[in-house]
Amino acid sequence: MTGVGERLQGKRICIVAGSGGVGKTTASAALALGLASGGQRVAVVTIDPARRLADALGLEELGNAPRQVSRALLESHGVQLHDGGELWAMMLDPKATFDDLVTRLAPDDTTRDEVLGNRIYAQLSGAIAGSQEFTAVAKLYELDRDGDFDAIVLDTPPSRNALDFLDAPDRISDFFDSKALKLFAVPTSIATRVMSRGTSVVFAILKRLTGVDLLDDVSVLFRSLGGLIDGFRERAAAVKALLSDPATTFLIVTSPEREPVAEAIFFRGKLRDARMPFGGLIVNRATMLDAGEHTDPAAVAAQLGDQLGAALAAKVAAGVAELQLLAARDAESIERLKAELDEPEPIVVPRLDGEIQDIEGLMALYRRLAAQ
Amino acid sequence: MIGDGRGAITSLLSRRLLVVTGKGGVGKTTVAAALGLVAARAGKRTIVAEVARRGDVASAFDREGAAPFAETEIAPGLFHISIDPQDALEEYLRDQLPSGPVAEILIRSRVFGLIAAATPGMRELLTVGKLWELAQLDRRTPGAAAYDLVVVDAPATGHGVALLSAPRTFAAAAGAGPVARQGTIIDTTLADPEQTAVVAVARAEELAVTETGALREALHASMGLELEWVVANALDSDRFSPPEAKRLQPHAAHPAVARALRGHQRALRQRAQLARLRKLTDQAPARLSLHPGGPDIERLADELEPQLDVDR
Repeated sequence: MTGVGERLQGKRICIVAGSGGVGKTTASAALALGLASGGQRVAVVTIDPARRLADALGLEELGNAPRQVSRALLESHGVQLHDGGELWAMMLDPKATFDDLVTRLAPDDTTRDEVLGNRIYAQLSGAIAGSQEFTAVAKLYELDRDGDFDAIVLDTPPSRNALDFLDAPDRISDFFDSKALKLFAVPTSIATRVMSRGTSVVFAILKRLTGVDLLDDVSVLFRSLGGLIDGFRERAAAVKALLSDPATTFLIVTSPEREPVAEAIFFRGKLRDARMPFGGLIVNRATMLDAGEHTDPAAVAAQLGDQLGAALAAKVAAGVAELQLLAARDAESIERLKAELDEPEPIVVPRLDGEIQDIEGLMALYRRLAAQ
Repeated sequence: MIGDGRGAITSLLSRRLLVVTGKGGVGKTTVAAALGLVAARAGKRTIVAEVARRGDVASAFDREGAAPFAETEIAPGLFHISIDPQDALEEYLRDQLPSGPVAEILIRSRVFGLIAAATPGMRELLTVGKLWELAQLDRRTPGAAAYDLVVVDAPATGHGVALLSAPRTFAAAAGAGPVARQGTIIDTTLADPEQTAVVAVARAEELAVTETGALREALHASMGLELEWVVANALDSDRFSPPEAKRLQPHAAHPAVARALRGHQRALRQRAQLARLRKLTDQAPARLSLHPGGPDIERLADELEPQLDVDR
């Protein structure tokens, strides 16, 4: 069986994907910690407001730039970092990252101020054509380009639609390439003159529908964004290239429940279509039977009847029946995932008794991920 | 109406809109479907509306392949729709611009499509606009019958709040004009506790409970709304009383007893999280048990029904 260590060999970027609530953030942190303990300089980028993760890592809070987790703290929790090993963590702030991008890509200060100060941008930003997903990969690109880390682990946004994430660069460049944006990129008075008749009809109707104020604000925003076309297009192309880079890999995390399994299968298909690298599947929180737990519940009740009394023995037996049902359901999910994802050896993590709250827990999870 | 919970709960099904949200992965979709079924059983013509999904409710009822943006009956008195912003936009334009070709010009216009897709917050506004339309007694959709109740299978916490506050934000941004006017009308419905109730789904886990507390605050800050009902989903069986657990201890060498004791510990941890949930939301959460074979909507509805007091 291949543990996660081998799967990530030679990879600079590991993108952890999967549906919400399956333990992506914890798995990402565990991976980053494990890689750091192996002697790599690692950054983990999360999108979840993972207060608990920050606490566990001894950071006051996770900001929009990576912060280093203290070596002494890790050692006090029994984690020795090999030579050169460092663990850094950050929480992505999509709005701040987008603002940064605008600042960096704006051709001049006036354009920058126009965009950042625009009423529509200020009130409703964060929603520009999948900007959360785009800022996540854009940040990844920057961290990678700056070259401060041997490995970066990205915990992806809790998006329902995997496409939003994979398509983000394309959608951003489509947006910046769009006829609409170019129309707005020239002053309105000229625009109305150069517009085709159909387009001016569209604008006239739009004005009637939305009211003048909104349309004007949108036009001003689009016009100022027009100055960023080249910068954003280049950046989107670079980010897209990074997603398909041989040093990038996607790990899919799922639980054995129906919806996350469906999401994992869907995401794997999208990766295949987009020719993006799939590094493996982690099935988290699986109920697994230990040796000696396959006994028929009725037999268990009979075995324990004398010692516990019939009523209590029956309760224990009911627990066994439920456990066996859960284990059967999960085994079925895992078989389905193996077949549908074309992944003969998924990494299966049994459902733990408690939630992972600290560095010891993260390290224990890493060992499970690595040991298989 | 928090604290005494009771009054709020009995009137839950008499609202126009029930918005079901919560942390990702807690089971919003199944709880929304089960609530819809409870309402339908109580004789209410009910529709469960999924937002930005791929027909999960329909598949929860083993009804895959139904046309998503159509109101489809999936059980007696229970309907389903999956709301796509593009479909909602086209419907809205056809309604607003009844003079035929004008709406078609807009719908077919690539420029307009791009503007609509790129305008921040537009997707949310269109989605919530359709939800509002479904909840109207006098439907805008030609030939459509009215529903007694719309159950919204909303996106996870943060996105759920953004969805509810979209009309308000848009109305403020638009200043004057039809969009501002309609945004205000929709917002009035959403912010009215007589018409709209938010139901939070959680699990008895640290993060999900914390996020429910954050949801309550965000909802209050952005909409002035309270969480009307909190549902703790997928609870492990809490089988053993403390004396029983004590009697099990000496027999822990038996694998079944060892597992039972571990299960008991888990149940105790979940009880502690339920207490936190109660404290953070100021109300006793409804409880739904874990279904080992996968969630079963009929059984979930059976469990919810007595906790809802539908008769009053």
